[in-house]
Parts: sequence; C-alpha cells; structure tokens
Amino acid sequence: MSTIVPFGPQHPVLPEPIQLCLELEDERVVSVIPVVGYVHRGLEKIAEKKDFIQDTYLIERICGICSFMHSMSYCMGIEELMSIPVPPRALYLRVIWAELHRIHSHLLALGLLADAFGFENLFMQYWKSRERIMDAMECTTGGRVMLSSCCIGGVRRDIDENQKKFVLDQLKEVEKEVTSLNRTMMEDYSVKQRTVGIGVLSKEAAYAQGAVGPTARGSGLVMDHRMSGYAAYRELAIEPVVETAGDCYARTMVRCREVMQSIDLIRRAFAQLPDSELKTPFKGNPSGEAVIRCEQPRGEVLYYFRGNGTDKLERLRVRTPTFANIPAMLTMVQNCQLPDVGVIIISVDPCVSCTER
Amino acid sequence: MMTINDVITLENQQERISALLPQGYRFVTMTAVDSTTHFDIYYHFDRDYELYTLQLKLDRDAALPSISGLCFAALLVENEIQDLFGITVTGLVLDYHQHLLLTKDAPVKPFCRVPGVSVSTVETAKGGEQ
Amino acid sequence: MTKATAKAPWVVHVNCNSCNGCDIEFLACLTPMYDAERFGVLHIGTPKHADIMVVTGSVNNRNARVLRNLYEQMPSPKVVVAMGVCPATGGIFADGYNVIGGAEKVVPVDVFVPGCPPRPEAMLDGILEGAKILAGKRQNSVTVKPVRRIKIVRPAAPAADPAAAAAAPAPVKEEAK
Repeated sequence: MSTIVPFGPQHPVLPEPIQLCLELEDERVVSVIPVVGYVHRGLEKIAEKKDFIQDTYLIERICGICSFMHSMSYCMGIEELMSIPVPPRALYLRVIWAELHRIHSHLLALGLLADAFGFENLFMQYWKSRERIMDAMECTTGGRVMLSSCCIGGVRRDIDENQKKFVLDQLKEVEKEVTSLNRTMMEDYSVKQRTVGIGVLSKEAAYAQGAVGPTARGSGLVMDHRMSGYAAYRELAIEPVVETAGDCYARTMVRCREVMQSIDLIRRAFAQLPDSELKTPFKGNPSGEAVIRCEQPRGEVLYYFRGNGTDKLERLRVRTPTFANIPAMLTMVQNCQLPDVGVIIISVDPCVSCTER
Repeated sequence: MMTINDVITLENQQERISALLPQGYRFVTMTAVDSTTHFDIYYHFDRDYELYTLQLKLDRDAALPSISGLCFAALLVENEIQDLFGITVTGLVLDYHQHLLLTKDAPVKPFCRVPGVSVSTVETAKGGEQ
Repeated sequence: MTKATAKAPWVVHVNCNSCNGCDIEFLACLTPMYDAERFGVLHIGTPKHADIMVVTGSVNNRNARVLRNLYEQMPSPKVVVAMGVCPATGGIFADGYNVIGGAEKVVPVDVFVPGCPPRPEAMLDGILEGAKILAGKRQNSVTVKPVRRIKIVRPAAPAADPAAAAAAPAPVKEEAK
C-alpha cells in the first residue's frame, strides 16, 4: 500500500519552489513525479518583444546565480550571428567573471547542501567565504548579483591594477578558508553518513538521461564544455574534474575541487591578460540561426537563436542545465529513503528559475 | 552558425533517432520554432562536444510522435513544447496535458503565431498599469 | 509580548517568480557578513510560525494560489515585505504572458524594498521596518480594524567603493519603463 506525499513547493530545504509528488511505501520512495511551473515567467517570449540589445539584460535575469554566464552565452550567440570579432582582453575578462560566478555558485551550493543535512555552521562558513567573492565582483563591476558587464562585442568595463590586486587578495583568503571547509565536507564522519552511497547515478544512466555538469562528472563522465574552448578557455588548459562514485558525496567532491580549479584559472587568466580594446562596435541586426553551448556552474547550457534581420529576435530558446538534470534527479530519488530526498535534490544543485524561465 | 546535419520526416523519425542513440549520441534537447507556415522541430544530440542536429518540418495541424520512449530525457521538453506551442505530442511516457508550465487560467499556446503574420496571438493586457 | 515580537521577528521566505537574485541576497542577509540574527530575525521554513513574510519575484498564474495559501496560514498580526522590483510591479518580467503582476495583486504588502536585486543592507532595513509595523499592528490588534501603513524603503547608499559608486547599471533604467 503506497502513499503519495507532496514534497514542496514550499519546503524548508528548498530555496526555490518545485514540487515532487513522491509515491512512498513506508519510508521508501517508489516513484516520483515532478510538478514545475511555479517560476514560469515566459522569458523566451519577453525576449521576442524587446530588442536584441535590451535582451542582454533580460537574459541575465534568467537566473541570479549564473547571471554573467547567461549574458555571456547570449552575447556569444549574437556575435556569431553577426560575425562580430571579440577583442582578446574581453575574452579573458569574461573568463575571469565567469569563473568568479562559478566559485560563488559552488560555494552557495555547498552551503545549501550543508544546510540540507542540518550542518548549519558549515552553511554559514561557506557563505561567509562566498561574501569575499561577492565583494570581488562588486569591486570589479559594481553589482553583486547582476554584473551587467558583458555586452555584445565585448565587455563594458576593464579591471585595473588596484581591482586586480583586490580580487587576487580575496581569492587567496577564499582558498585558505575553503581548503579547511572542504576538509570537513570531505572527511567528516557525520557528513559522510548523509552523502556516501546516497542517490547513486551510474555512468550509463547519467549519459542516457542527458545529465550535465557536476551531476554527470560525479558519475564518471568526462564532460566539461569549457574543453571546447569558447572565450579564452582555449588558451587556458583545463582538466575536467571527474569523480566516479555517482553518489551525493561524489557530486559534492566535484564542486569542492572545481572551486580550487576556478581559483587557479582566474590567477592564470590574470597572468596572461592581454592588452587590447574592450569591445568591437557593430552595426545592423542579427539574422540566421545559431546554437551556442557554454559550461555553467550546473552544467552545459544551450542557446538557440533565430534572427530575421529586424532588431527583434524571432526565437530564442534556452535549455538550461537543471532542465537536463531533472530526469537524472528522478532516477536518483527512486528507491531512496524519504529523509534523503532533500539531500539528493540539493546535491544536484537545482536552479528552478533557470529550468522554467 | 547552426548546421542541420539531417532532415527527417514523421515516417522515419523513430527509426532515425533510435539508430543514433547506440552510436554514442547523447540527447541534448529539442527546439520548436513557429515558422508561421509550419513548425520547425530540431532534435539536438551531442557526441564529443559536437552537436548533431536533426530537423523535422511539422505541419501546423499534425501531431508529433514522442521519442520519450526511446529517450527518457526528452520527456520534459516534449511536454514543454506541447504547452507552449499547442502541438499534440502522442505517446508520451508521462503526459501533463498542456499543464506542465501553464495552469488552466494561463494563456494557451503563447508561442504560436498566426499563419502569415509574424506577431504573437497572445498579447498581455497590462498597459497603463504602472 | 509586543516588544518581544518587534525585537525577534520570525521570517518566512516565499519565492514566487524570482530569478534567484533576490533569494540569494536574502539568504546572504542571514549569514555572518550581514547577520540578520543580531536583530533577532530568524528564518524559518514554515509559515505557521512566522510573523513576517518576505516575498521575492512577481506572481504568476500557478504560484498566486500558493502565495495566498501561505499568507492565510500565517497567524495574525502579520506583515508582508516585498523584496525587489518584481513583487512591486512585475519588474523586467511585467510583459510576460504568464505574469500577473506584483505581489500586491494577491496579498497586502506593507513594505516595498526596490532594487534588482536590493543590497542586503536595504533588505535588512526593509525587514526591520516590517518589524516596526508588526509591533504597531499588535498594539492595535485589540481593535478589529487592522492598521496598514505602506512605506517604501530606499536602498542604502552603496559602499564607499569608487567602482561600486561608478556603476549605475543600465538594466535598472530599462525596468522602470
């Protein structure tokens, strides 16, 4: 005899509204049906009403956590449609801001995971370190969440020597703090009790269900779209962070190690930062079709553009990483215990406002 | 720019896609575009960071057979297309009946355009509110 | 009791149609850097314990019912604080086909905190303003008529950082249209 329990939309462990209808046999989850649409704004349609330059700022608001990466992917798409070359310095600055966003997103996710299994102190400590990254972003762009520093053809502002020093100082502190926090996350007995062997996703299942990002890499798939070398990633050698166990612990490990990788990337990007213009002026309107893929903190994002030569796009489609991870998430939740559902969901790091746009 | 690797039809859709999956292609997503005379449905697959795109031209009143039986990951996006474009998708593993994202009191088929006119059929009546 | 409530408002956070920007900034308010708990603000998951409801994001057709339901579950007196421009007017998403508008369409809002997203300092000011209104409501709760004051909290001046001061983000202007 099974019972159906609604999980969400308002639930202490979920920062965002999504509902999972869990079919339970005692405490075991038999099947699960997701109910989405609580954050559906119809953003793709709004993008067709505004012109393509205004869209840069609209697209940024798909998600506040990876806002810069969204605007970067959008600008890359328009640049490809209109064949606008981007100056090399702008490409490096984009990498720097994108990696700052990745660090802040991963620290946020690690903190929320700690909160999900009731380790509030660790949550607070991760978020304390994260504030340093927010300060670095505010210092370089003026915004904490919405950077608005990416524009079509390049970037809007430069990072000068003082700002560079501030960012690097903050990164040094973050590296020190996060190294010790990661030790707790990786080695603490009670943390391991909640994460090791929970919500296992096999490599084959991850591939077949189209999982992306840390969810896929935690299951042993070598898949990081930065390897394809967009922006300045081609010149910055990247080794994807891969774990093989496929459980909550492995996904968490991927995030812990990617924070360190991103810190290293920013340092190398600063060291190689070339001198050039910041943006290329352009004329005209986009026409034709293009597809752009980028690696966000949660995985690969796909943008489809269709322009018709007017200042408004005919169609803009965004397939966000969490949208691809939901089928995998459903597999993980099956056959687990009810108290683990929260931890499993947070270990995927779902971003519902991305998913529903 | 986007490369369309192949054009498929309703007749060979299932067999072409089921032939792709064993070759190591990963389902990325689907995109539907209202081209006023017909719908363009794109199936995006990926292998080694290379995108493989199939195009399907669908008549405005035709139903689209689901591929969620072949590839479970297509479930959500097919339901989304059914919601936003009003295309009937047949054979879905889990059918939300046009209420995945939209509720009963929300506008229907918000992404559809009237044939021949490139404006949206749904306009929100929100003028003069501020 | 009145004094105690105003000094320790319990807050429930409702994410309606938000882009996450305001949500993460609101959560950042609770963490050591901004530390809302020094004002006695406690973030809890259930509306049944809460005094103040923090709404982020505009209202759409599906979550309007959820918001209304959560508001009704809160014990009186209660205060609603709208964080950001979206729960005020719909913000940048006001044109969306699925967006009904601001939170005021569904629940009575007491404090608006504008910004996209507001700075955490402004959010703290907004919650504390809500706590004052809450104390007033509690004093008046013997009489049947509820007292409603609407007050707009302006965001605090940005930090004394030249880079921050120089950044007048263009998107905010567009939203004002």
